[in-house]
Amino acid sequence: MINRLMPPAHKSPMEFKLRLPEYEVAHLKNNIPVYLVNGGAEDVVKVEWVFKAGKIYEKKNAIASATRELINSGTTTKTAFDISNHFEYYGAYFSTAGYNETVTISLNSLTKHLEVLLPLVRELFTEAVYPEEEITLYKKNRIQRLKVSLEKSEFQANRLVNEALFGARHPYGRKVDIEDIEAIERKDLLDFYKEYFLRGDSMIFVSGKFTPAVIEQLDRFFGDLEVGPKRGVAENHFQPMDEKVLHKVLNEKGVQGAIRLARLFPSFKHPDFKPALVLNAVYGGYFGSRLMSNIREEKGYTYGIYSFIQNYPDTAVWHVATEAGRDVAEAAIEESFKEMEILRNTKVADDELMLVKNYMLGKRLASLDGPFSIMERIKGMILNDLDENYFDETTEVIRNVTADELQSLANKYLLRDEFYDILVI
Amino acid sequence: MINYSKFVLDNGLRVIVNEDPSTPLVVVNVLYDVGARDEDSTKTGFAHLFEHLMFGGSLHIPDYDSPLQIAGGENNAFTTNDITNYYCQLPAENIETAFWLESDRMLSLAFSQESLDVQRKVVSEEFKENYTNQPYGDVWSLLRELTYKVHPYRWMTIGKELSHIEKAELEDVKKFFYKHYTPVNAVLSVAGNVTTEQVKELAIKWFGDIPPGNKYERNLPKEPEQKEHRVLEVERKVPVDALFKAWHSVEWNTPEYYAMDLLTDVLGSGKASRLYQSLVKEKKLFSKIDCYHTGSVDMGLVVIEGRLAKAVSFQEAEEAIDTELKKVKEELLSDMELEKLKNRVESALAFEDTSLRSRATDLAIFELRGDAGMINEVKDKYFAVTSSDIQSIARKIFREENSSSLRYKSEKKQKSEPEKEKND
Repeated sequence: MINRLMPPAHKSPMEFKLRLPEYEVAHLKNNIPVYLVNGGAEDVVKVEWVFKAGKIYEKKNAIASATRELINSGTTTKTAFDISNHFEYYGAYFSTAGYNETVTISLNSLTKHLEVLLPLVRELFTEAVYPEEEITLYKKNRIQRLKVSLEKSEFQANRLVNEALFGARHPYGRKVDIEDIEAIERKDLLDFYKEYFLRGDSMIFVSGKFTPAVIEQLDRFFGDLEVGPKRGVAENHFQPMDEKVLHKVLNEKGVQGAIRLARLFPSFKHPDFKPALVLNAVYGGYFGSRLMSNIREEKGYTYGIYSFIQNYPDTAVWHVATEAGRDVAEAAIEESFKEMEILRNTKVADDELMLVKNYMLGKRLASLDGPFSIMERIKGMILNDLDENYFDETTEVIRNVTADELQSLANKYLLRDEFYDILVI
Repeated sequence: MINYSKFVLDNGLRVIVNEDPSTPLVVVNVLYDVGARDEDSTKTGFAHLFEHLMFGGSLHIPDYDSPLQIAGGENNAFTTNDITNYYCQLPAENIETAFWLESDRMLSLAFSQESLDVQRKVVSEEFKENYTNQPYGDVWSLLRELTYKVHPYRWMTIGKELSHIEKAELEDVKKFFYKHYTPVNAVLSVAGNVTTEQVKELAIKWFGDIPPGNKYERNLPKEPEQKEHRVLEVERKVPVDALFKAWHSVEWNTPEYYAMDLLTDVLGSGKASRLYQSLVKEKKLFSKIDCYHTGSVDMGLVVIEGRLAKAVSFQEAEEAIDTELKKVKEELLSDMELEKLKNRVESALAFEDTSLRSRATDLAIFELRGDAGMINEVKDKYFAVTSSDIQSIARKIFREENSSSLRYKSEKKQKSEPEKEKND
């Protein structure tokens, strides 16, 4: 008979060798850098173009997102349909994503079709025309989407949290409203496109299974693009709200409330950042966290509650987010603050700290599996201007941070008065 | 091609292995042959509630998650109308931890009243978060009841109503466990940096002595053929009118199934698809429109859903959809269109196979439904579909009397409200 009471022996994740795999760097003729991670068994490839063309560069609300979303709506030689159809014909998947600083244009494709798809991507970066008719339709449909989002308490709470932290005028805190969408004009888009794509500050990331020919192909189609000046980051001129407690009822019949607790936190360059990742995990960063154990697994107030630290170039935000039953929402907030208090007053026990470290190291190992996921890590590193050491240093901090250090961090940062306390029903 | 090997333990547990020496990880996946369709109509939502209880401690292990996290792993699970699936991913060296945990909960749960009490509340919040407190959140509950009159697909996985979950008792939990959570009703699949020999040894060691249980014989009522078009009109507090139109489709993995899948693709997947081009771009009747199917094992649904543009009537919207459907029934797809569909399939399958987890889960699903080897036949089945197959399946499915329309109307505002929510 086996002894089912005894866990089988396992290798401690503390002993795992965690090394960021090798990647290649090449430069196109115009000096655009290309980062490459080759691997995997399937003949698929993902190419991502990252432009400094995010929200912080727009002079009028909603222009960065509209310029990005309409970049494939027509060129001097092709209609929106021709463009989509060309990608879809080859089974490729074209998508865009927008952030505060950057815009990512991605192409997922079978490696064998890449060469016939790249010229079209080039055309989007050089010949987009933003047809009036497409803009009109886009505005109408985007307004409809926004109206639906505005009905969701979590959407309202997310907007409010950014506004509270950064102020309604800072790009990080600015909201897009219906009138902003109505005010979008073709000229705004063409101007933004000209400045941030035609004279772009960009880099390219390639992951998957490919041959060195891919560098030659990229050089052929993107090596002669005009390269603009290096773009800076946003000013740190935040205007946070004075009032910290913001509770509101937008829907009288709402059965749940969206809860967001948030505070500003030093950026990843600060020495407190890395150990705070461990403290965050203990507090609300994984399924077995304090928040989950108490508020979901013991009290059943919510389907899920998490905390996380969100990264900006010069700052960060420590968030707690959940949706909780209307009648228990206030109690869920109190419990979240109570868990902060416990972390301030009591050291994390050794076995709990060990568990969290092991879990985090296991996650790190998993994040190095396969070319796409490795590239996510490398991209994060490059975009934040970091090197390989940062990864190793973070691993070392996870391994070595002590319960005392976590307690003093909790006393420094997990303070109720510093957190915005937002509830939207 | 996905390599795999398989064997069956003496107690009937089927085991599949996909060896991949390129990864430092392993995924251990346990699939149980039970879903919401196997529930009693007065106790719906039970399969999914049960999935939550599987994390509430087993016979010898009070807490499922912690030992896995200590070994550097993580896990999750999902329930559908057809199946319940559990997986954990961990460093390959620590594979045995997953075998220990998964085998103990297949042997027996702890059946804790406390866990039941809490998880009933958690699932209630899950219900509210996804279905009550969301614009259009009750669409699937309405649509299932409209389209199915007999088959248990008529309720959602989360349950028909909250009261069913609130009433669940420990006795129900025990009965459900011994009926469905047994080796003969499960498939274990392992993908990652392991060998078949190693998995065989571990499977015998940890799962070998679990009593086999009785094979669950599924005997579900067949949905009678629908004889007339059904319409349901509801008013809700949503900002935009929406239309959901559904047709009964075909069973999983039949040759017709693959033609049906491509048919939904040609109509509604991607910006170059027919419905988007015609109804959003050209006629501007919808602000968005999609066509997809439920992927169910028994006869599922093909659905077209769209949000109506301002001042467009439901009648106008439905007629415009009918015009597009008429085209696909009367005219064959061009070679170019068919070629495009197949290129898309080839690419989607290749990207899917890059994921360890989806390999482990898919192998288990195929094995449960007959043979893991079917995973390597999928591409050929799609490639065998011809233009006339797509036309035939369109004619078979898109019949007026086989369809149901859910007209989801935006409630007329009581008093004049400002357009913008004042939250600042």
